[in-house]
Amino acid sequence: MSKYATRMGDGFPVEMSDAEIRKDVEEGVADAAKRAKIAPLSADHVRYLTELFERPDRAVGVERGNEVILSYDSATTKFKRGNVSVSKIQSLQIYERLLGADILELAHIDYSFKPVKPIVVFEQPILEQALLMTIPPLFYGAMPNLGLYSQPDGPCPNPGDLLPKGLIAEARASYAEQIEHSVKDMSYVASSMYEAGADGINFDTTAAAGDAEFFATLKAIEGLKKKYPGMCVQMGMASEFVLGMHGELFYNGVRLAGLYPHRQLELAQQVGVSIFGPAINIVSSRSLAWNTARSATFIKACTDIARIPVHACVGMGVCGVPLTLTVPIDALTRASKALVDICRLDGL
Amino acid sequence: MAVAHGVASGIGGIRAAGDLVARMQVSKGMRLPEAKKYVAEKLRASVADIADPVKMDEIREDLDLGRVNAIPGAAKGIDAKFRIAELLGIEINCVNLFKKRVGWKG
Repeated sequence: MSKYATRMGDGFPVEMSDAEIRKDVEEGVADAAKRAKIAPLSADHVRYLTELFERPDRAVGVERGNEVILSYDSATTKFKRGNVSVSKIQSLQIYERLLGADILELAHIDYSFKPVKPIVVFEQPILEQALLMTIPPLFYGAMPNLGLYSQPDGPCPNPGDLLPKGLIAEARASYAEQIEHSVKDMSYVASSMYEAGADGINFDTTAAAGDAEFFATLKAIEGLKKKYPGMCVQMGMASEFVLGMHGELFYNGVRLAGLYPHRQLELAQQVGVSIFGPAINIVSSRSLAWNTARSATFIKACTDIARIPVHACVGMGVCGVPLTLTVPIDALTRASKALVDICRLDGL
Repeated sequence: MAVAHGVASGIGGIRAAGDLVARMQVSKGMRLPEAKKYVAEKLRASVADIADPVKMDEIREDLDLGRVNAIPGAAKGIDAKFRIAELLGIEINCVNLFKKRVGWKG
């Protein structure tokens, strides 16, 4: 029986038979369809994914004509994290001229809105100068990261301490306070960078801290779009599932806890988000075939109904890309190709 | 990761017309097929051409929209964006700010 070289969700190589790959693809699809109550992928797509993970090629790609827009969350931090000594503007020029980026993004190394607030006057001139020197759309990006507003990092009592003691009302009161601080910071930073000339603002890993963070981000975006109707707002999610850390938060009548990507998209569209980025977390103990099939099922439910461009977050640990610092080319290109081909994405 | 994604599925930014297609998503919220068609029409090219770096380098040279290589006298940054805004019929935030800052009367 032939075995095919592929990988697990943590990136480690494994060999699987055709039957094993097919079973994983089918189970990944079924898992997503059951959880989110969405349509499974078709038999053709299941066959496509099975064959994709049996190909021996080191790198795969979309067919000519099916290329999509590529943007890079926290682009300018990637060089610092790779220990490459270039400035932010040099990083942007590298993305523009050497890496073929379609959308650029300037970001602070401490990639959250709260730490950017006190240094925004230093970020603005960098953005202004970069805008003079670059050609593609240039966004400013950061994460809402509501966790930074809890003690000891922030001013509010920590729900992580309150909830195990059964102090639910107190935890919810803390979330309400955190939301207020967070909306102010996101609005201030986004306004400052847009007024400095940014083409758009990226809210990255939205809802990483659960429903309270999702609420804060939606509220901030709604306010920003009223103030700046021409602002492009990109909202990239943190997970396929919004955790109900608060549990009783609603936006436009919709409970935020438990929302899957297609429902996250609906709210995003309502508040004026311009580009939506679903993120499906890797399960590191399952194969990439399972993970990619699962991701494609969730994301296709978004692209089938989206009125705005959908740029899936295909990075480390999400959307079929292994949870490893150094991502293998075979894994990344398979995720890239599969999601573009099956989901008809507008970008990655 | 950037290189792998770029090779697997990217249009290619200013190597081709990726930045222009992105502008239509950013400015007008167009989904990809509509954005590609719109840009192709504005460039008087085919949809297939807009991801072709050889064809697009010629078009970008002719229209002075900015190219990857350092060509003396060719548009490279804000000047390219002036042309892109006019070609695509869109507002570009930093172009409008620049006009305001220099007292543009053009």
